[in-house]
Amino acid sequence: MTVGASVPGTAPRGPARPVPVEPAHPNPAQPAESVQGPRLSTRDFSLYYGSHQALKSVTLGIPANSVTAIIGPSGCGKSTLLRAFNRMNDLIAGVRTEGEVTVSGIAVLAPSTDVVELRRRVGMVFQRPNPFPKTIFENVAFGLRMLGLKDKGELEARVEAGLRHAALWEEVRDRLQNSALQLSGGQQQRLCIARCLAVEPEVILMDEPASALDPTATARIEELVVELKARYTLVMVTHNMQQAARVSDRTVFMLSGKLIEVDETQKLFTSPREKLTEDYITGRFG
Amino acid sequence: MSAAAPALSSRFRPLPRPSRRDIGGKGFTALSGLAVLLIAAMVAVILGNIVWFGWRTVTWDFLTSVPREGMTAGGIFPAIYGTVALVLLMVIALIPFGVGAAIYLHEYARPDAWFTRCVRFSISNLAGVPSIVFGLFGLGFFVQFVGRGIDKALGVDVVWGQPALFWAALTLALLNLPVVIVTTEEALRAVPREMREASLALGATRWQTVRNVLLPQAMPGILTGAILSVSRGAGEVAPIMFTGAAYFLPYLPASPTDQFMELGYHIFVMATQSPDVDATRPLLYGTVLVLLMLTFLLNLTAILLRARLRARLAGRS
Repeated sequence: MTVGASVPGTAPRGPARPVPVEPAHPNPAQPAESVQGPRLSTRDFSLYYGSHQALKSVTLGIPANSVTAIIGPSGCGKSTLLRAFNRMNDLIAGVRTEGEVTVSGIAVLAPSTDVVELRRRVGMVFQRPNPFPKTIFENVAFGLRMLGLKDKGELEARVEAGLRHAALWEEVRDRLQNSALQLSGGQQQRLCIARCLAVEPEVILMDEPASALDPTATARIEELVVELKARYTLVMVTHNMQQAARVSDRTVFMLSGKLIEVDETQKLFTSPREKLTEDYITGRFG
Repeated sequence: MSAAAPALSSRFRPLPRPSRRDIGGKGFTALSGLAVLLIAAMVAVILGNIVWFGWRTVTWDFLTSVPREGMTAGGIFPAIYGTVALVLLMVIALIPFGVGAAIYLHEYARPDAWFTRCVRFSISNLAGVPSIVFGLFGLGFFVQFVGRGIDKALGVDVVWGQPALFWAALTLALLNLPVVIVTTEEALRAVPREMREASLALGATRWQTVRNVLLPQAMPGILTGAILSVSRGAGEVAPIMFTGAAYFLPYLPASPTDQFMELGYHIFVMATQSPDVDATRPLLYGTVLVLLMLTFLLNLTAILLRARLRARLAGRS
């Protein structure tokens, strides 16, 4: 797939591009069919930590505007696979990769790829809420400021839009200047989502986003994930199979660095093709 | 777990009951308490002695006048002024270099590269060099080599090529460089990995991450390094005695190329060169008291600043 104007979400964006903040959104809901080919894909992708092979020739396609869950036991490589899409694995010394990873048709692993721009387009939410020790406002404004946005009015409008999309605005509108660390864990995680949405990504990677949260906060994150798929492509690593079943359209099962099975969530959980998948989802190991 | 597994107790003799008396713990508490008492007592004796014999000397006149009659009368104002000027110049030279080096080592240098190892090795060795060696190095390198070089290049007579406030400050900065580099690197390392990842994942560049996320959070640690270096800088005599400190100057240094008086060196001079030991003694006590108070004051400022930064980072305030 080539990057073209026919795919609005993939058009290259400069920091100063004037975008009306409300209500128009740069990633309007678009049916998955209009995108030719998957939004994210890997082909024969292998990753090594030194001599240890963490991913073994993974080939996967993830359609746009969907939620894909990656499940599997600890150490199966699901987080590593997730982090391949925004090259967060680069931060670890001694990582080596083979094969191909693409995001909206862009070769992620190519040396010429602008990693900074890639990471703006592929947002990430981490396992533990990690707001900066700054105000709520500054947390959401962070990515925008890094892009060089200075206009106060625009920043305010974009911060509000980000917080609204993350279903946090009503709770924090009166205390934007308070420290983000005063928020509850669930609010902090939604703040991290707002922070990520503010820089208008196309894809949101979530690495067990609810594993550090209580059931109520988890439910709110799950609701939010389902809402967000109208505009974004979401990939979520989770330990929790019920969660995968509740929120995802497609599920990927991984084991020991290999992709065992990928299918529509409904099918994967009710009639898995692979014996290993069946064993895992029925709790026979893992 | 299957129910058929035999209970462990049926296979071994009964375990001894846990000891309730904890003799080791009590003994260790007593010993470490004694060590604390000893340290507190020593500090109390030193401070008590200095305050007891010194407080009467420290008058407004003492603080604001120049030494007279071969250090047996008068005050110490030039030395106070010189010390403050020296420490400020040192911090200005030291912090950018030290913090810059720490950022490079922590963020940009490849940890196992040959060059990085050399730099680290140099820093730990620099920390072990006696301060008098720094003094001689300052004289040889800054004053005679760099200073004379500047004079020659500018075609002037002796302006830079002599002991001066500037060279003394640089020598002190060099002495304190390892402290600042090590504390700053420690502070950078203490910033949680999640913070760096959050910033990079939002599309911040490496430098933006350093500038906007790592440095603000490392600032209390960097200030700790600055505090340590100020305390040490204000009291060190050896590095400045060849590079700029004067035995006696009736005027204040007006430019960084002037010589200066300094409290620590003044104390050394009064203790060893006085023509009348008994007349000098109260002045000596007073000067030591002033040096201590000055150091405390400089430290207190930095500590208050650090406390405010920490409170802000922790989300209070």
